[in-house]
Amino acid sequence: MFAELGLAALWLAAALAALQLLAGGMALTDGGRSFGPLVRPVAIVQGLLAAAAFLALIVLFAQTDLSVKLVAENSHSAKPLLYKVAGTWGNHEGSMLLWVTVMGLAGGFVALIERRLPERTMLATLAGQAFVSLGFYAFLLFASNPFARLDPAPPEGNGLNPLLQDPGLAFHPPTLYLGYVGLSIAFSFAIGALVTREVGPAFARAMRPWVLGAWIFLTIGITAGSYWAYYVLGWGGWWFWDPVENASLMPWLAATALLHSASVLAARNALRAWTIMLGVVAFSMSMVGTFLVRSGILTSVHAFAVDPRRGSFILVLLAIYIGGALLLFGLRAATVTEGERFAVTSREAGLVFNNVMLSSILGIVLIGTLYPLVTEAMGEKVSVGPPYFTPMSAVFAVPMLLVLMVGPLLRWRRDSLSRHKLPVLAPFAVGLAAGIAFAARGGIAVMPLLGLALAPAVAFASLLPLRGRSLRRVPLATWGMVVAHLGVAVALFGMACDSAFTRERLIAARIGESAQVGPWTIRLAGVMPVAGPNWTAMEGRLEASYAGGAPVLLRPQGRSFWAPPQNTTVSALHTRWNGQLYTVIGDEVQGSQAEGGRWQLRLWWKPFVPLIWYGGGLIGLGGLLALLGRVFADLKRIRVRAKVAVRREDIAAVKAGGRAGR
Amino acid sequence: MNTPIKAKHQRLVLVLLALVALIGAALLATWALRNQASYFYVPSDMKANPPSPTRAVRLGGMVERGSMKTAADGVTVAFVVEDGKARIPVRFSGIRPELFVEGSGVVAEGHLGADGTFVADNLLAKHDEKYVPRELKDMTAAQKRKAVAETQ
Repeated sequence: MFAELGLAALWLAAALAALQLLAGGMALTDGGRSFGPLVRPVAIVQGLLAAAAFLALIVLFAQTDLSVKLVAENSHSAKPLLYKVAGTWGNHEGSMLLWVTVMGLAGGFVALIERRLPERTMLATLAGQAFVSLGFYAFLLFASNPFARLDPAPPEGNGLNPLLQDPGLAFHPPTLYLGYVGLSIAFSFAIGALVTREVGPAFARAMRPWVLGAWIFLTIGITAGSYWAYYVLGWGGWWFWDPVENASLMPWLAATALLHSASVLAARNALRAWTIMLGVVAFSMSMVGTFLVRSGILTSVHAFAVDPRRGSFILVLLAIYIGGALLLFGLRAATVTEGERFAVTSREAGLVFNNVMLSSILGIVLIGTLYPLVTEAMGEKVSVGPPYFTPMSAVFAVPMLLVLMVGPLLRWRRDSLSRHKLPVLAPFAVGLAAGIAFAARGGIAVMPLLGLALAPAVAFASLLPLRGRSLRRVPLATWGMVVAHLGVAVALFGMACDSAFTRERLIAARIGESAQVGPWTIRLAGVMPVAGPNWTAMEGRLEASYAGGAPVLLRPQGRSFWAPPQNTTVSALHTRWNGQLYTVIGDEVQGSQAEGGRWQLRLWWKPFVPLIWYGGGLIGLGGLLALLGRVFADLKRIRVRAKVAVRREDIAAVKAGGRAGR
Repeated sequence: MNTPIKAKHQRLVLVLLALVALIGAALLATWALRNQASYFYVPSDMKANPPSPTRAVRLGGMVERGSMKTAADGVTVAFVVEDGKARIPVRFSGIRPELFVEGSGVVAEGHLGADGTFVADNLLAKHDEKYVPRELKDMTAAQKRKAVAETQ
């Protein structure tokens, strides 16, 4: 029954999205003003209905209702409940339903609380949101119905890809989707602003918290996804420049640029057309990512759909939305009036530089991701990996970080570097010193060395905006900037350390044998069979001692799942303050003599590598602080305004009373 | 100070700067891609037109039956990848993917050594129905026919 309820809710939500688009569009015309009040309630109900449909699907997965095709194909009754529920979005249809749910809820949330913009702009925004939603509703209902029944119902389901049976999966995709799809708000705001020609500081101030919210989720989602890949795949790497990773990185780059340009627009009324453009680009990148991942033209754990019809469907949606938005932009950009001017040494100029560099990195990643598709069309199969992406992004990331050290210290509009001699030069001195110190150790390649020199410099520079200020008086938003920039430095240090100092050991060890990796001595104490709810495993018992200290026990496993029948390796990690020990157990190698088998072990000592994810967390935290700062400031403004209104009424009443008394 | 001509000037300069940076990025990207993209070879291509040892490439084919040998260190494996027309010896050190067995398809990432042995840094084997390296998926039709012919 839940399947029918879910499908009904989905159809209703789609119908309401159509109504939202129509009413919003009509309300913008002179004759249709009366439709205006309809739009906000419809947007809210549409979001709730989409959520209801998603909830119905979760219930179906939790109950393992095998008469539903999607459940039968992707779940199994013997799975732990957490993975049954997480399995809801661990497949194509379910994740697309999550997509429209997030989009509907985000639109509903905006409709519920956003009151700062002129109502006409809001109507156009909500109509735009509905227009985009509508395409994805159509995609779900016509090309990937999650509620399709199966008759007869199979006795047991196919199970979930074991790689996805991990606590990380339960939280990583929803988080990422909140960010990914939350950017649709920025897109719709941009459309709304273009349609009603309301581009200005008020627009930027209204849009900023929404972009910030989506960006926080995106940051956390990418960080969590990177950690998930790191420990689940058992390859010891944390970023593979896999198309799926790029698909999440590209919207992040665009959204990061958007946040910075929106702050210029909000504070200084400059970069008007550019900010609108970034709003369009950010969500377009989300949709391009979805197309790349969901069309089946790429190989990945995330590529669920192999149905080419779906790929063409998403491609058509892409063409309509991105093409339409760019066309609208092209038609209206010229009418967006010129913003305020600024000098070459000013905070605006620093932020412009940041934007251009972020966009260039975005271009590098986009071209590299699409290149294999282009060459394949010409009959040549290629793959593009780290040797391209890493140095090419660094070409633009390094100058950006150098400007980051100075930009936040500059005044708006016009400033001179000579005013700041010390704070501008100090971080460069720190970087130079760090670079020389690490270079003196020798044996570090150029790229990691650059990172090791830049990271302390950026960390130092990120704290400078606090210099000479009473820490209690610093606005929350400024704290957010400081923390986020510090996070960039921390993550960069972790990345550079991983490249520069990682030690790796690959051995086949007998039981009782020891191996060295970096400062660690690791003894293979034994290998035992263990069993889980839907798997069995061979579990290695590794006694690892750091520089001769007390041993810690690590238990890497080679797991065999039976539904679907598949094997995975489960790495075992031990984290110290100064790094992480990473162990993987492989196959048993049969010895030629009677002395017994040997076990393949892959061991890594990765100094300071957790800083990568701590840094990611700090960046997200910085975003959160900035968001809270903005929201509190807005609430305060509303309260003050209300108080002023009340007082005026009081005064008016007293005056009126006085007059009456006389 | 606020003359409209100057204001237009600034916008023009900004647009030009952005364009220059983006076009620069695009040019840099295409140049780097020509050097860094790793091409996909099947054994007969690799025999006919061997890539330079400094270039990262990918080799795809079937693991020849009876060719897999584990070296004395227990972690290096040598095997032959073939496509029915040519055979390329491959060496790989590491933990092998679970479904990497003789007679199945594989894509090896690495480079062709000067001695004609392909040194693999990474092996991509077929995980399950949902995760097949693209190159393998395209290959299986021909390979399946061949496998059937072999077993008869």
